[in-house]
Formats: sequence, structure tokens, C-alpha cells
Amino acid sequence: MDQALKELGKYVQDTLGDAVTSTTMRLGELSIEINRDDVLKIIKFLRDDVNCQFLTLLDVCGVDYPEDDERFEIVYHMLSMTHNNRIRIKLRTDEDTPVASVTSLFSSANWWEREIWDLFGVAFIDHPDLRRILTDYGFEGHPLRKDFPLTGYVEVRYDDAQKRIVYEPVKLTQEFRSFDFLSPWEGVQRMLPGDEKAEDATKEVAK
Amino acid sequence: MGVSNNTDSNLAPLPQGADQDAILRQVTGEFQDKGFVIASVDKLVNWARTGSLWPMTFGLACCAIEMMHAYVSRYDLDRFGVVPRPSPRQSDVIIVAGTLTNKMAPAFRKVYDQMAEPRYVISMGSCANGGGYYHYSYSVVRGCDRVVPVDVYVPGCPPTAEALVYGVMQLQKKIKRTGTLFR
Repeated sequence: MDQALKELGKYVQDTLGDAVTSTTMRLGELSIEINRDDVLKIIKFLRDDVNCQFLTLLDVCGVDYPEDDERFEIVYHMLSMTHNNRIRIKLRTDEDTPVASVTSLFSSANWWEREIWDLFGVAFIDHPDLRRILTDYGFEGHPLRKDFPLTGYVEVRYDDAQKRIVYEPVKLTQEFRSFDFLSPWEGVQRMLPGDEKAEDATKEVAK
Repeated sequence: MGVSNNTDSNLAPLPQGADQDAILRQVTGEFQDKGFVIASVDKLVNWARTGSLWPMTFGLACCAIEMMHAYVSRYDLDRFGVVPRPSPRQSDVIIVAGTLTNKMAPAFRKVYDQMAEPRYVISMGSCANGGGYYHYSYSVVRGCDRVVPVDVYVPGCPPTAEALVYGVMQLQKKIKRTGTLFR
């Protein structure tokens, strides 16, 4: 399985050349990083090439790395039923640079790209209907960006005088507090209690 | 006199026995004597209302699953005359079962406004009560009482079907206790 994926990665790298900046194998999964401008070419190649046959686009999603210059990463997951392979394609972009839409190749990408536009604010060129998809009508901001405040900017209330729902600036009676000191994401412990035993066991096996 | 004998503190039906027989004899006697019986209409109406609380089906999240459990055979809210309706025009009560989001709030208010008076609201679960797990979210209403007036809050995440049945019984009690024709 691993071997097949490695060979596939090499094949993709060799065939596409500079369009693919790097290929990585990690945890038995193949990821390739590509140039933003070549996305259509590469997705089309992965779909149509006889050795790839990635006919299913499983997901398009986004990641925000606010410390980077090109802070957004757009991730495509594809599946080849023919070869029983999966591949992950990643590219980077920033707030102002749009990415080519792959809806012409996979219609399923339509709503995922709308979702990315809604939640991250990354635009897609030639998308047939780039509207918000999840957030409220007239919503401002892109909530999955790391600099978006958790509680947002507005809250709703029914106004009895106006007989309608009104939007007001957020007013919290109590600030958000996090009490999760043992969270593996926020805590300091790299090693959980009991993990040292696992290490000993692997040493024993090695002997 | 007639059946208005019941004092406010005693709203539960009388158990079978001498007391009940006495009242029935009294009512029958009065009916045969005068040809009519006097009862207080507000109590009768409120009794009738408690016996057919038709809820608007308004499941928003996982609480809706527990609400369904309350409707089906095990707890069977039909026994209380609680029959889910698909139209606000036919409903007396709306059970807000789940997370009310900002986007849903205008639609929810519209459904509530379309219900005929007297109308009641049961807020089911932490999210509907006060935002719950999503209290600090940018997209969730911090309690459905910001949008409509709530009669009964059912706590839990989600509340069990039993808890919802208890909430419905509390609402029936409230209607009987309030005892007004108009609300």
C-alpha cells in the first residue's frame, strides 16, 4: 500500500514537474503540495490520467495559519476507486489572492468552495455561484479565520416595539473563560501518564 | 351549585368512592330538578385545553430525537392529547427542541407569530434555555427567550424523553392554575 503510494507520488512529481513543489508520505498517506496557479491542470491530470484515476473529489477544505504570509491552505482530498488510492493536494494562498475553482471538473466542489469562501474568505475564480452558504444572511466576517472573535460582533433579539428580530452589538454578562487545564492542546504535558510504559515495551520487542 | 364545588386547591379529579358518588348524585339531581347545571366556564375551557395541547413540530438539533422518543410508544404523549402538528395554525404549544441559531431566529419568530392564541412555549434543552454549549458562539441565540416568551424550561443536554413529558405536565398544571380564559 505504502509502496504503491510512494510510486504514485514519484510518478506525479515526475510527470507534472515544477507544478508540484513537494510530495510527502506521512502516516501512510500521500500529500502533494502544488503551485496555486496549476491547480486546474493538476486536478484534471489526477482525474484523467490512466495511472491515477482519482474520479472522486472527497472534500475541499481550508486551514488558517495566521503567522504565515500566505496564511490560507486549501486542501483537496481525492479517491481513486480503480486503484484503491487516496491523495491529498495542498496549496497556499492569502486573503487577496483567489484560487481557480475546480467546479468545471467536479461539480461537488461547488458547495465546498462556497463554504471556504464563507468561513475563510478565500475567493474562487470562475465559480458559478460564489455566495455565502452557512452563516446568517448579511453576516460580516469569516468566522473560521483565527483572528475572528469567538463570540462574533452581533447578537439577535426580538424587539417588541418594532415587532421584528433586531441585531445588536454583542454584550456578554460574563466573558468566556476556559477551565480546561488538562486539554492536550492547551496543557503543557507532552507525555500523558502511562505513555512511558509503551516506550519500554517497544524497547523490549526490539531486543 | 353544580360541579363548581371544586375549590382552587383541589383541581385533580376525585377518585372513585363515596365523595365522587355524592357529587355525581348532586349534579344528576340538580339536572333532573332544574334541567340545567351551572359550571364555571373558564375551568372547563382550561381543562379542555390541557387535554389537547397540540405542539408545533420544531426540532432543531439532537433534542428533537428525545422529543420523538417522547411521542412514540414508550412514553406516548398521545395519552395526554399531545399530538404533533405540522402547521403553526393548528398548534397550541411550540416545543423548541435544540439550538436556535441567528439565521433561524426570524423564521422561528414567524412560526410563533402564526400560532393562534392562546399559545405556549416549551424551551427544551440547554441550547434553547440559554445557549448552552454554544453560549459564546457567534451564530447562536443565547436562549430562545430572547425571541419568544417561554412558559416552561426543560433542563438537560438533551433532556430525557421523561423530562420532556414532565415539562408538558408542568405546562398543563400551569394552564390549570392560571385559570384564565384569555391570555
